Amino acid sequence: MQHEVKEFKPKIVAFCCNWCSYAGADLAGTNRLNYPADVKIIRVPCSCRVNPMFILRAFQRGADGVILCGCHPGDCHYTTGNYYARRRMTLLFSMLDYLGIEKERTRVEWVSAAEGAKFAQTMNEFVAAVTKLGENKRLEDLRCKK
Amino acid sequence: MQEVIIAKAKELLQNSTVDRVLGWKTGEFVYDVTPAVFESVEEIDNGFVANDFCGNNLSKYLIKESRKPGKVLVFLKPCDTYSFNQLIKEHRIVRENVYAVGIPCDGKTDGEALKAKGIKGILGISSEGDQFVVDTLYGEQTVAKKNVLPERCLNCKSKKHVAYDELIGEDGEVLDSHRFDMVAKLEAMTPDERFEFWRGELSRCIRCNACRNVCPACSCEKCVFDNDASGIAQKAAADSFEENMFHIIRAFHVAGRCTDCGECSRVCPQNIPLHLLNRKFIKDIDTFYGDYQAGADTDSRAPLTNYTEGDVEPGIVYEREGK
Repeated sequence: MQHEVKEFKPKIVAFCCNWCSYAGADLAGTNRLNYPADVKIIRVPCSCRVNPMFILRAFQRGADGVILCGCHPGDCHYTTGNYYARRRMTLLFSMLDYLGIEKERTRVEWVSAAEGAKFAQTMNEFVAAVTKLGENKRLEDLRCKK
Repeated sequence: MQEVIIAKAKELLQNSTVDRVLGWKTGEFVYDVTPAVFESVEEIDNGFVANDFCGNNLSKYLIKESRKPGKVLVFLKPCDTYSFNQLIKEHRIVRENVYAVGIPCDGKTDGEALKAKGIKGILGISSEGDQFVVDTLYGEQTVAKKNVLPERCLNCKSKKHVAYDELIGEDGEVLDSHRFDMVAKLEAMTPDERFEFWRGELSRCIRCNACRNVCPACSCEKCVFDNDASGIAQKAAADSFEENMFHIIRAFHVAGRCTDCGECSRVCPQNIPLHLLNRKFIKDIDTFYGDYQAGADTDSRAPLTNYTEGDVEPGIVYEREGK
């Protein structure tokens, strides 16, 4: 019997803010733009709703990459939310890198409601980068693996 | 120094400036020093110590002590005053109920460090220049300070007291320490080497929560790690993920508020260099958002509750120099 070589499909969690990026993802859909189905979107009220623990929890539950999308700095629906998110994520990603976890697995992108094309392009690039890295081994929880 | 501190404690108790004294007392052994509250001169006579084993940062105990009626006297080393100031800033300590006396510090050691140098039967300790004179069952022994001081004292960041009501001795200066050297060394490694380093360190964690319990910045009344639904509330870390998660989240929760007092590394029974995680955040904050020393003042905004429009993008982590 021949072994079936399974192509690696990464699991990607995308946190999208309700006001810009989620609408941007919507626009990508209505424009029939392709982006990998491996991207699972979680809608959050604002990018600053994302607690560092959410990112780690996503990795724990089997994500191979986590991306946070929010309004462009200055365009936050709540005026300043994404400025705080930006500081938090900079420090968290720097810390993950410090612990030796591949830095390409995490990303922050600012995507406005009008940027459906950018959303699709960002996701394509991110999925390609994570596919290249392979499975998330350094921040996995074996108990959560099937 | 101990005599001066004890005389000061007795004097302030006797003239009713304070009602209680927060200090240190010896345990079973002379190096088993533990924080304690003394309510009378007799109690002070029966066990108050202020020697070179008294490394405990007393600031955190003031959260509870300062909320009781009456005034409490506390002795603070220079690095403790930063924690004290930070807790005042966060409205955790009732300042009116505290009488803070700043005491000088030339580094505090512990029994383990002395035993590792082959010094046994320890009965007492005193400091002479850059040496500790240890009184033991087998006579007096001297040991160079640089061999038995913990990392936090070798790279002392400041001898200056930032908050006090009274000072014993002269106030020092903020020092130009090399405390980020090890962080820089780790940053210069490859990600694989760093991963191996941290696996080696963090896999020893037994989740005793001592680092959290002693940390002056970790003073939430309800801690996320006590929440059964948090997924990481168990005592023993069952998986390498939990070890990482616990330490990342703990360091993140104190980021921008950690004064780098080094208590976490001091109490760790597994000798994990936890201060390296906190120092990474401090170093990053200094690099990205300008120099900031938590606890140095009581009116600045903490870096993580502040922003500027021109902050660096998270992408800097991928672009910056190094591996």
